[in-house]
Amino acid sequence: MNNPYLPRPQRILSVTQQTAIDWTFRLESDMAPGFGQFLELSLPGLGEAPISISDFGPGWLDLTIRSVGRVTRGVFVLQPGDVVYARGPYGRGFDPKQYCGKNLLMVTGGTGLAPVKSLIRHFLAHRDDLKAFALILGFKSPADVLFAAEIEEWRRGADVILTVDRGDEQWRGQTGLVTQHIDQYAFHDGPTEAIVVGPPPMMKFSTLGLLQRGVSAEAITVSFERKMSCGLGKCGHCKIDETYVCLEGPVFNYAKARLLLD
Amino acid sequence: MSTNKHLSNDAFDRVLCELGREYRLLGPRRFPGKGAHSGADVTGYGEIGSLSDLYLEGKTYFSPKECLFPVRETLFYFREKDITPAAFDDRPTIIFLRPCDINGIKRLDTIFLHNGSEPDPYYARRRERVKFFLIECREGFDSCFCVSMDANRSDDYACACRFEGDGVRVEIKDGSFAPFFAGGEDAAAFLAFVTANKTSVQVPDLSRVDLGALFQHEIWQEYSSRCIACGRCNTSCVTCSCFTMQDVSYGRNQALGERRRVWAGCHIDGFTDMAGGHSFRAKNGDRMRFKTMHKINDFKRRFGFHMCVGCGRCDDVCPEYISFPTCIERLGRISREMTHE
Repeated sequence: MNNPYLPRPQRILSVTQQTAIDWTFRLESDMAPGFGQFLELSLPGLGEAPISISDFGPGWLDLTIRSVGRVTRGVFVLQPGDVVYARGPYGRGFDPKQYCGKNLLMVTGGTGLAPVKSLIRHFLAHRDDLKAFALILGFKSPADVLFAAEIEEWRRGADVILTVDRGDEQWRGQTGLVTQHIDQYAFHDGPTEAIVVGPPPMMKFSTLGLLQRGVSAEAITVSFERKMSCGLGKCGHCKIDETYVCLEGPVFNYAKARLLLD
Repeated sequence: MSTNKHLSNDAFDRVLCELGREYRLLGPRRFPGKGAHSGADVTGYGEIGSLSDLYLEGKTYFSPKECLFPVRETLFYFREKDITPAAFDDRPTIIFLRPCDINGIKRLDTIFLHNGSEPDPYYARRRERVKFFLIECREGFDSCFCVSMDANRSDDYACACRFEGDGVRVEIKDGSFAPFFAGGEDAAAFLAFVTANKTSVQVPDLSRVDLGALFQHEIWQEYSSRCIACGRCNTSCVTCSCFTMQDVSYGRNQALGERRRVWAGCHIDGFTDMAGGHSFRAKNGDRMRFKTMHKINDFKRRFGFHMCVGCGRCDDVCPEYISFPTCIERLGRISREMTHE
């Protein structure tokens, strides 16, 4: 019988510092994930944690990690050539076909950008699949902006609103919460789908803002974050009502997600 | 076609001795001195060797789930880059247990074997070696409500036993056990199940209830003031199957150690904590609500039958005397109020 709990070694190819506390680790991997899926990352002796896959390509995948827990702190001292352990990929991610021929508005808060980054790159490479393509990317401060150089490149294919809650003297970009930018967003003609990913309060008020702007619940996709010890539908930590986030999610249609009560 | 035999206690002990050569025998027993208080025993499931080891006069504090899902289970050992799955006791196993607990293990099977895309290999390898010896239960105990939960009967057993004090009646359904009991006297069919408990509940159908309003109901605030989040209800429950991963290093060498899974419970602090600082259900009453909904609503919506089997252990062990059947009854009253208004 297959043993899905055994992690496999994955070599670190590169480490890119995004911010002081968010780094991207590129792993040599044959996992071949889908958009928005996650894996269980582990360092034997320290433990295991679910991490969303921020980007991937042939033979590699990226994990954009914040150093906040025992496992992630352990990963942060590693160098290219070192080995981490992983199992997965897990969960139901984004289906790009759902958005084809429509306008797509993505709203992200902080590290919520990581789970959708691969999907953003997909649609920039297949720009004709979408009509309008807009990104409202919120961060707390200029020092917290992830993927800063890539965001500038994304402006060539998408309308990008990069906003920080509080600017500083050097900040020349937009300020304010993502919800303010949802309120002011000029929607394009035709059906619009929205994707919202971020911390729970940001998701709550962003989805409310989108509903008020006339986007239906069925046209909104969200991605949840929960504690998970297995990723396999066994450990019970991620369960909400009769739904297992690791199996049916982490990506949900909001018409379903809004009925999930923790 | 099953056969029925009657054996003296001595003859039954000799059968146990014979079975013990081929099978690991597990059943309800006392663990002397292992109770929470000095000099007190605790009851649970463990290896038995003779009839006198079986604890039959009451309900065990801990359920038989640990026969299949141990409190702590090593998944694998790691040493530098080597990862080695943990071995286990692979002897075929007989578990002596009551019908409610057989039905409880059906709930564990549902999560570990059937939820998600693949079976849990650690549970499966134990489960496939287990045969049940049903302990006939005709009266139950004060806190039992198995009849209300439709968990008072089971036909999932290899043999069924009626312990009469001065002898044992055995129904042998699995023919492979017939030779062990060949020395017994032929007897008439006897097996019966409890048909009424002292405690009964009517599980409400919550499909027409506004769950948002139900979740905000004041009864959960009351449970917040009573529940101390000790998790005894979770650990004693035969159907609670949640676990958390735990890495243990041997000494100072982090690269040498083991990964375990350990029981977790939705009442216990930290169950939903994420590394970034977010968590859910901070109040103990919200945890009571989550557990209650899981046991009598959510699980059924997913799998078609209730998770709770009405064994009543959660009532027996709660230090705050929180009654689960009472909570179910209160939910019923609230749902009737909500749907009639």
